[in-house]
Amino acid sequence: MTERALAKLAGRPDLRAIAAWVRKGASVLDLGCGDGLLLKHLAQTRAARGYGLEIADEKVIACVANGVNVIQTDIERGLSGFDDASFDYVILSLTLQAVRRTEAVVMEMLRVGREAIVTFPNFGQWEARWQVLRGTMPVSKTLPYQWYDTPNVHLCTIRDFDNFCATHRIGVLERLVFRDGSVVRFLPNLRGSVAVYRIRGGG
Amino acid sequence: MTHALHGRSAGAVVPRRLHIDAPLKFRSGATLDAYDLVYETYGTLNAARSNAVLICHALNASHHVAGYYANDPKNVGWWDNMIGPGKPVDTDRFFVIGVNNLGSCFGSTGPASTDPATGKPYGSRFPVVTVEDWVASQAALADRLGIGRFAAVMGGSLGGMQAISWATAFPDRIANAIAVAATPKLTAQNIAFNEVARRAIVTDPDFHGGDYYEHGVKPKRGLRLARMIGHITYLSGDAMMERFGRTLRADEIGYHFDVDFEVESYLRHQSDKFAEYFDANTYLLITRALDYYDPARDYGNDLAAALAPARARFLVVSFSSDWRFSPEHSRAIVKALLDNRRDVSYAEIDAPHGHDAFLLEDARYHAVVRAYFDRIAREIGEAGATAAELALPGELLVDAGRAEGASEGFAA
Repeated sequence: MTERALAKLAGRPDLRAIAAWVRKGASVLDLGCGDGLLLKHLAQTRAARGYGLEIADEKVIACVANGVNVIQTDIERGLSGFDDASFDYVILSLTLQAVRRTEAVVMEMLRVGREAIVTFPNFGQWEARWQVLRGTMPVSKTLPYQWYDTPNVHLCTIRDFDNFCATHRIGVLERLVFRDGSVVRFLPNLRGSVAVYRIRGGG
Repeated sequence: MTHALHGRSAGAVVPRRLHIDAPLKFRSGATLDAYDLVYETYGTLNAARSNAVLICHALNASHHVAGYYANDPKNVGWWDNMIGPGKPVDTDRFFVIGVNNLGSCFGSTGPASTDPATGKPYGSRFPVVTVEDWVASQAALADRLGIGRFAAVMGGSLGGMQAISWATAFPDRIANAIAVAATPKLTAQNIAFNEVARRAIVTDPDFHGGDYYEHGVKPKRGLRLARMIGHITYLSGDAMMERFGRTLRADEIGYHFDVDFEVESYLRHQSDKFAEYFDANTYLLITRALDYYDPARDYGNDLAAALAPARARFLVVSFSSDWRFSPEHSRAIVKALLDNRRDVSYAEIDAPHGHDAFLLEDARYHAVVRAYFDRIAREIGEAGATAAELALPGELLVDAGRAEGASEGFAA
């Protein structure tokens, strides 16, 4: 991995958490895998056998350049080409909020993966709440977009996602919340900027 | 277009004819005791012999993949936009081989070649050849070039089938397989189009059961029709409409059955040209090789089982408007590889040109191939620094004759 890529990974505590969770030699499907950085890291540190799904041409090209397996497809159309429980982990990393058919995509992840790992920016952190109280849409390091150019369509808070898991019979195996690269245990929905969940279907 | 972006030509190239004096047993059970393969090379084989790339051709292409002939500079290789110095398949880094397949009509042994047993052209007696047979003959060529393992085997359409077949037939001899606009098997509709083409040829009064050479004639009418129908399937409806629309040759319709529309004129011109240089028996053989290709057939129609022996990394590319071998078929290849947990990347290029897109220059398509070969080059690394001692075997064909280079509607 290049130093630049390592530096980028260092700035993404959610990716480090995922790497710590993934068992050695596991099979991994990464939805919206971007340039394939996470998969490359998992291959190198966890000997994971991974595939990324990505729709954007330039990111597919970046994955190929990075030597990462990438399959160009639109995850919104489901994972119909993938068999039930065919991967150890299906990962959706900081993409949940940009997915249109969120509910369907998460259920597909739980069908194809024995476990799923989901990370998302926490809309419940106090800075976001404060900005909304002051009458503007939140803009922060994890939510860097203006309301008019954001790709995010389904922002949620940690409590929202907990409720989603409860109503959809999704078992939460592990949860980590980060702020500035450190784990937040006290008042996570108020203080955390990024949440990382390891979940399982039929919980 | 600048050189920095698009690379340069591989330059003037000279094909060679290699006589392979060893029997080839075909899947059909037939045998050729000896045969010739015509090939071209571009770039330099490195000392570790680890940078060789084999390019497999589709229906009516040849060994003339890149560069041009000194005595015929307009005859540019059929994949010259892809292969050359600084191009996606960079001949400054890779030793690239183009080979004319058995049964073809550009110099390798085919139906028009003389059968040493009879002193007459093989004609109807030429064995029905399969993709697997081609791969076996290409491996014999690789042996004689001293190439134990290819860095990559690459092809589009029927060429992609050969790349896949290489990966399963010789898992230890291929590091990467690149299959563009390919399919793991033809559909009934594909076979139907091929059958119409073949019927056009064999019902031509000049066909003489395939032994027309002795009669001094060629079944050109049939070959023209075959080419026309094939050509239509290489293009998308939209691309045809955009290019020809309903434009008339004259100001008004003529109330006759001669050429009225531009598209008619184009098809006739292309097919006339084709019938002059292509051999009808070759057309029959190659369409049949397409029909018969179905690696899953030997494995209870389980494609994943058929591809299980493969160890190569794969790059699979399809084009959204390709209705001949649609993306769905490439996805089936990807799925089978994924089921085997093989390394595979898949790019689905949104291109309007239909099946022929694989021969055209598209920035995203070429960027994917370039990125893939850059990665291969990095893995080969410093082994590429010095050249192998290599005396290319075979007789130089300075007067290259007719090896078609780039033209439109090349595909399948």
